Amino acid sequence: MSVLITVALVVLVFIIIYQIGKASEYSVILRGEEKVKAQANRAVAFLLLLLFPLGCWGIWYCNSIFKDRLLPVAACPTGVNYDSMFNMTVLVTGIVFFLTQFVLFWFCFKYQSTDKRTTFFFAHNNKLELIWTTIPAIAMAILVAIGLRNWYDVTSPAPPNATVIEIMGKQFNWLVRYPGKDNELGKRDFRKINDANNVMGLDWSDPHNMDDIISQNGELHVVVNKPVKLLINSRDVIHDVGLPHFRLKMDAVPGITTTLWFIPTITTDSMKIITKNPDFVYEISCDQLCGKGHYSMRGTIIVQTQAEYDKWMASQQSYYAGNNPSATPAVDTTKAQPKNEVKAVTMK
Amino acid sequence: MNNEEIIIEGPNVAHGAESATDHHGHEHHEQHFIWKYIFSQDHKVIGRQFLVTGIIWAIIGGLFSVFFRLQLGFPDSTFPIMEKFLGDWAKGGKLTPEFYYALITMHGTILVFFVLTAGLSGTFANILIPFQVGARDMASPFMNMLSYWFFFAASICMFTSLFVETGPASGGWTTYPPLSALKEASLGSGVGMDLWLLGMALFVVSSLLGGLNYITTILNMRTKGMTMTRLPLTVWALLFTAVLGVLSFPVLFSGVVLLIFDRNFGTSFYLSEIFIGGKALPHIGGSAILYQHLFWFLGHPEVYIIMLPGMGMASEVLSTNSRKPIFGYFAMIISLVGITLLAFVVWAHHMFVTGMSPFLGSIFVLLTLLIAVPSAVKVFNWLTTIWRGNIRFNPAMLFALGFVSLFISGGLTGIFLGNSALDIHLHDTYFVVAHFHIVMGVSAFFGMFAGTYHWFPKMFGRFMNNTLGYIHFFITFIGAYLIFWPMHYEGIAGMPRRYYDYSAWESFKHFQGVNAFISIVAIIVFFAQLLFVVNFFTSIWRGRKMTTLNPWGSTTLEWTTPINPGHGNWVGEIPEVYRWPYDYKDDGHGNDFIPQTTPLRPGEEEH
Repeated sequence: MSVLITVALVVLVFIIIYQIGKASEYSVILRGEEKVKAQANRAVAFLLLLLFPLGCWGIWYCNSIFKDRLLPVAACPTGVNYDSMFNMTVLVTGIVFFLTQFVLFWFCFKYQSTDKRTTFFFAHNNKLELIWTTIPAIAMAILVAIGLRNWYDVTSPAPPNATVIEIMGKQFNWLVRYPGKDNELGKRDFRKINDANNVMGLDWSDPHNMDDIISQNGELHVVVNKPVKLLINSRDVIHDVGLPHFRLKMDAVPGITTTLWFIPTITTDSMKIITKNPDFVYEISCDQLCGKGHYSMRGTIIVQTQAEYDKWMASQQSYYAGNNPSATPAVDTTKAQPKNEVKAVTMK
Repeated sequence: MNNEEIIIEGPNVAHGAESATDHHGHEHHEQHFIWKYIFSQDHKVIGRQFLVTGIIWAIIGGLFSVFFRLQLGFPDSTFPIMEKFLGDWAKGGKLTPEFYYALITMHGTILVFFVLTAGLSGTFANILIPFQVGARDMASPFMNMLSYWFFFAASICMFTSLFVETGPASGGWTTYPPLSALKEASLGSGVGMDLWLLGMALFVVSSLLGGLNYITTILNMRTKGMTMTRLPLTVWALLFTAVLGVLSFPVLFSGVVLLIFDRNFGTSFYLSEIFIGGKALPHIGGSAILYQHLFWFLGHPEVYIIMLPGMGMASEVLSTNSRKPIFGYFAMIISLVGITLLAFVVWAHHMFVTGMSPFLGSIFVLLTLLIAVPSAVKVFNWLTTIWRGNIRFNPAMLFALGFVSLFISGGLTGIFLGNSALDIHLHDTYFVVAHFHIVMGVSAFFGMFAGTYHWFPKMFGRFMNNTLGYIHFFITFIGAYLIFWPMHYEGIAGMPRRYYDYSAWESFKHFQGVNAFISIVAIIVFFAQLLFVVNFFTSIWRGRKMTTLNPWGSTTLEWTTPINPGHGNWVGEIPEVYRWPYDYKDDGHGNDFIPQTTPLRPGEEEH
C-alpha cells in the first residue's frame, strides 16, 4: 500500500511540475515573449548569485559535521608528512576554488542580459594568457616537488632492522605470517596450499618454515616505534592492504610480492585515549574489489609495546606445530578465541 | 570544395541539392520508413538514434544507482519494490552482495561507455560535424550507420547479460583479472562476464567506425573557406575526441581479447600462482598488472573522450549566450592539443599502489599534474568569455555554466589524486568516487545537457520547455554538490569504495547518517532527470515550434540550414565561409553577431 502511495505521489509531483512548465509557455504567449524572458533572466541571475553564499554556508556546515569524524592523527611519520602535504594542497586548491567559483557566479549576476549593455569584443590577450599559463605551472611544480619528496620517503627501502611480516590476501580474509624465532620466513609454493593444514602453501622441506607463525584472524601485531616491513601478496585475486590510520595502501597481487614499510608511533591503547573511543582499533581494509565478500575483508593492527608484543609472541604456536598435533601437544586456546571475532565480519 | 563532389549517392539517399531545386522532382521518391529512420545513413538520424539509445541507457544506469544507494544508505531496511524489479537478486527487498557488485559494475560500464561515450560523442559528433564544417553528410554514411548498429549490438549484448542466471559482470567497470578471469572467483565472472567482453569488443568496433569517420569528415569535407582555424571549438573538441578514441580503443580491444583467451582457452596472460576454489591453477608467469596497463591505456584517454565534447559544447554555448567571442580561440585549441597528448602518457596514475616502480610513478605524477595547466587555461578563458558579456540564461547556458563550476571542482580534486604521495592514502576511497563523478560524470552530463537544450531545435524543429529546463538545472546542480561534496570527506577518512556494508567497521560505521543523506539526494536527483526525459520526449512532438532559422543568434553554419533539413542539409549550394565562428560584434545593421557566411566588410580585418 505504501508503495502505491509513494508511486502515486511521485507521479502527481511530476504532473504538477509538468503543468507548471506548460503553463509558463502559455504565459509567454499571453504576456509577450520579450517581457517574460527578461523577467526569467533576472530571476535566474539572482538565483545564481544566491548559490555562492549558499554554497559557502553548505561547505561550512559540512565541515562542522565532519570535523570530529575524520581520522585521528597519523600513526606513523610518513603519515604525518602526508597530512601536512594534504593540508597544503587543500590550501592551494581551496584558494583557486573559492576565487574561480566566486568570479563565475558574480559574473553571471553582474553581466546578466540587459538592453543597455553592449558587450566588449575581447577575443584574446597574450599577456593574460601567459599569466594564467605560468601561475598554474609554477603551483604544480611546487606540489610535484613536495609530492615526490614524500613519495620517495614512503617508497624508499625499509631500514635493515625492520621486522619483516608477510600478509597474504585471500577471499575473504587476511593471513599474516610471522618469521618466528629464526627471524626468517621460509619458502612458499602456491601448489602446496591446502585449506585444511597449509593455508599459505609453506614448503615443509624448508626448515625456516618450522617456526613460522600464521595468524588467520587477520591480526597484525607490531611493536611501537620499531619499523615494520610488510611483504604483501595474494592467493587468488587482487586485494589491497589499506591502512587508513597510517595513510598507506598497497595492492596484493597474485604472483607478485609488493612491499610497504612504516614505523608505527602510537600504540592502540594510546590511540584509544586520543580518540576517546574505547573500541578504537587500527583496521586493515581491502581496497581492491575482490568479490562478493570484499566489504567484509577486515584485518586489524595491534600496535603494542615491546613487552606486550613479546608476551603475545610467546603465547603463539608455530603453524607447523598447530597442524601436526603429534609434534607438540596443542596449546590452542589463544588461537580459538580471536577466530570467533573474525566470524562476526566475515561473509556467511 | 565543389558542391557536386559531396552529394551522397546511393539508393537510400535523397538527392539533397537536386531535389531542392525541384528540377528533378520526379526523381525524388519518398524513402521507406526503414531506410529513413531505422537503417538510415543520414547523420542527423544516426545522431538522434545515438541520443535516444543513450537516454534509455542513462535511465537504466541511473536506476541501478538508485538501487545500490538504497543499500548503502539504509543497509538495515528492506525495500520490497526492489524485489519487483530484481527478483531473486533482492529477495525480501534486500540486495544480495553479489548483485550489489553487479549493479555497481553495470552502472559504471553503462554510464562511462554507453551513455557518455556513445550517447555523447555519438550524438553530437554526428549531428554537429557535418553541419558545422559545411558537409552534406559524413565521409562514409554507410560506415556511420554501421557504427550505430554495432553500438546497438553491443547494447543488446550488455542488456542480455542483465538477465543471465549468474548475473551480469560484477568485477567493477574496470574488470580486473584474476577476479574477472576466473569463474570460481565470483558469480559475475561466469556467462555475464563473457557477454560483457563481447559487448565491449562490439563497442570498440562501433567506436572506431565512428571515430575514423569523424576525423575524415573534419579533415576532408569542410566547405569552401572553412579553414581549420575557422572551425567552431565544438568541431575541434570532437576531432580530438575521435583521435583519442581511434588510438586508444584498440588497446582496450587487445586487453579484452587476451582476457577472453585467459578465460576460455587456458592461456596465462594475466594469471599466475593462483589457488582458488580449493585447487591450485596451472597458470604461471602471467601478470595481473598487464591488464591494468592495457585497460588504463584506454581508460585514461577515455576520461577525455568523455570530457572533450562537453568542453567544446560549453565553449560554443557560453560564447553564443554571452554574445561575446570565446576568449583565446587559439589558446583553447592548443590546450585541447595539450590535453590530448598528455592523455596518452598519464594512464599509470591509476596504478600508483600496484607496486609499480617508484621512479616510474614519479614520472607519471609529473605528467599528470601537467594536465592541470591546459585545464586551468580553459577555465580562465571561459570565465573571461562571460566577463562583460550580455548573458542570456536559457537552460543550455545554465548547464554550460554548471559545467564550468563542476569542472573546476572536480579538476581541483584531481590534483590530490594525481600526486602519488596523496594517492597512496586516497586511492580507491570515496574521494576518488567523488572526484570522477563530479568531473567526468556530472560535468560531462552537464555538457551533454547544454548541447541537447541548445541543439534540440536543430534536431527536432521544436524547443524544449524552458521552465522545466530551469527546474531540471537547479535540482541537478545543487543535488550534484550535495551528493558528491560529503563523499570527499568520507574518502579523506579512508572509507573504501565498492563496499556493500560498513556497519562492521569501527573506522567507517559512523558515516551511516551521511550515507543515508547522500542516498536520499541521489534518488531525488534521479527523478529530476526523469523530468528531463519527459521534457525531451514530449517536446519532440508537442514542443513550441521553431519559427526562425537561427533562434539563438548564432554564427555557425548549422543555423543556415532549413528548419527541418532533409538529407543533404542545405537546399542548393553549401554556403561559403568567410570568417571565424565567434564574430559576436555589431554587424552595422543592429545585430550583435555576424554569421560565418557573411563576407568580410571592406576594411574589416579577420580575427
